[in-house]
Amino acid sequence: MIGLRRPRVPEPHEPGAVLAEAAGADVARGPRRVLHGVSLTVAAGEVVAVVGPNGAGKSTTVGLLSGDLPAAAGTVTVAGRPVRAWRPAELAMRRAVLPQWTTVAFPFTVTQVVAMGRAPWAGTALADDETAVAEAMAATEVTGFAARTFGTLSGGERARVALARVLAQRAPLLLLDEPTAALDLRHQDLVMHVATAHARAGGAVLAVLHDLNLAAAHADRVAVIADGRLVACGEPRSVLTPDLLTEVYHREIEVVPHPRTGAPLVLP
Amino acid sequence: MTAVSLPAARTRVWVGWPLLVLLAGSLVVMTLLAAGSGQLAVPPDEVLGSFLHGIGLDLGPMPSHPQGDSALWAVRFPRVGLAVVVGACLAVAGAMLQGVFGNPLAEPAVVGVSSGAAVGACAVIVGGVSVLGNWTIAAAAFFGGLVTTVLVYALARSGGRTEVVTLVLTGIAVNAVAFGIIAFLTFVADPGAREQIVFWQLGSLNGATGPAVGAVLPLAVAGMVIAALVARRLDLLALGEGPARHLGVNVERLRLVVVLAVAMLVGSGVAFAGIVGFVGLVVPHLIRMIAGPAHGPLLAASALGGALVLVSADLLARTAVENAELPLGMLTSLVGGPFFFWLLRRTRSRHGGWA
Repeated sequence: MIGLRRPRVPEPHEPGAVLAEAAGADVARGPRRVLHGVSLTVAAGEVVAVVGPNGAGKSTTVGLLSGDLPAAAGTVTVAGRPVRAWRPAELAMRRAVLPQWTTVAFPFTVTQVVAMGRAPWAGTALADDETAVAEAMAATEVTGFAARTFGTLSGGERARVALARVLAQRAPLLLLDEPTAALDLRHQDLVMHVATAHARAGGAVLAVLHDLNLAAAHADRVAVIADGRLVACGEPRSVLTPDLLTEVYHREIEVVPHPRTGAPLVLP
Repeated sequence: MTAVSLPAARTRVWVGWPLLVLLAGSLVVMTLLAAGSGQLAVPPDEVLGSFLHGIGLDLGPMPSHPQGDSALWAVRFPRVGLAVVVGACLAVAGAMLQGVFGNPLAEPAVVGVSSGAAVGACAVIVGGVSVLGNWTIAAAAFFGGLVTTVLVYALARSGGRTEVVTLVLTGIAVNAVAFGIIAFLTFVADPGAREQIVFWQLGSLNGATGPAVGAVLPLAVAGMVIAALVARRLDLLALGEGPARHLGVNVERLRLVVVLAVAMLVGSGVAFAGIVGFVGLVVPHLIRMIAGPAHGPLLAASALGGALVLVSADLLARTAVENAELPLGMLTSLVGGPFFFWLLRRTRSRHGGWA
């Protein structure tokens, strides 16, 4: 179980460097193609929101970029290398993944679960575990119940602990699958601010969001996925238009500018 | 900020080490008591003296009874030694199975790995094979355990997790087939081999000899070393396979290595002692309640705890009834069965169904 050579620690990257890229990628589940020719980049310094109806292929996109699902056609690179060519430990230093649901099989405490995020760095010079864990817990406001076991937490608390675990991993690229689903308004905001702060500090974030207004308010770019295809990708203002959303969601949707910020407000 | 990591640190320092020291101390005391008990009683200090003299240290008093020293070395030490090895192996194998299945109800005997190992050992005895000399039975038990572990793993999992119902039902099916094969082997065996097989199904340390301990020890030690190496990765597996992979674990390789280690440990446990059930269930569970679920301390404490439980249970089996020996497997099943049932009920009420 001991690797033959030490894992390569990531090199520092330039601001704006592309940390993940899918080019014309297809994903097949059995005989069925669930993603068709998706081309998408996530660059250092930006938050990309992935939106779209249920079953459109948002989570599949996360699976594709994280290396969980193989591309049936096209290519996927993370940090400049084909994602499935990385050794698991080296990939884990470069990208962290927040799954839609987190379960923990045994009664681990919150601190223990968050500390699991440090696993890729064990034995490297960057294994400053205590600080990373403490900062991740503070940023997600879970420090108050650090000693409780994961199974005793509410849905919202679990979601934040799971996010803390992902932050503690300190990977430049964060892939978040519905990070705000179980959260109330204040904690939704907290999570989006954490994501934005990660991007401003030079990281890259791709987040699947159901709430279009959250995407409009916090994302630098919005990618709209429908029926397994990338329909549009760009600044919220140019993408979140009544015509496009009405077509994608199959219902009448209005978009008005926010009275104070000017960001698009989506009214179903 | 440093206060944040205190709960974990406190668990490690104040529960982990004292627990290990306590278990190790109790194990030493219990081992001396067990080795001295029986038809020929030897006081603990003389047992220790005999042991130390035997390994070349001139310390402590020798047994005062003229046959004391030889009785200890010919009968008692192998027996207690085998109890230590078997108990430690079964408890660690249980803890590892639970970790890799993500399910606290996995146990070598319950899921059928023990009976698979027993099939391997029985086949060798009935067939009269001895190509590997002393190691033949241990190797066959390892191989039987390996085949069954792989089988149970492949059959009981779907979509990356194992449901309680599937696991228990798979265990019933695997046990049924294994016991069918053992019954067949018993049927075709000559009287000598038949008696040996019947012993197995009851589970007993009666057949413990020095060479037997020597035969299983390398396999047991190898299994333990692997357990220590994968402990941290088993923690990550508690998050599920996907997240473990995202954290850099090569899940496929980890699985393979754990399955190998479990087969080694169960093979060592079963080869000369037969099927001793529920040690792998009860011991890791109790340790988890005291020291938490982190696999490093869990596996270490389970090894000591399992050894302690089996040495104590065997002492009880030998001395509870005058001039008779109770089967060890019967004792552990009588205690472990109800415990398993209680765990099952608790799991059901906690998850609101058979999740």
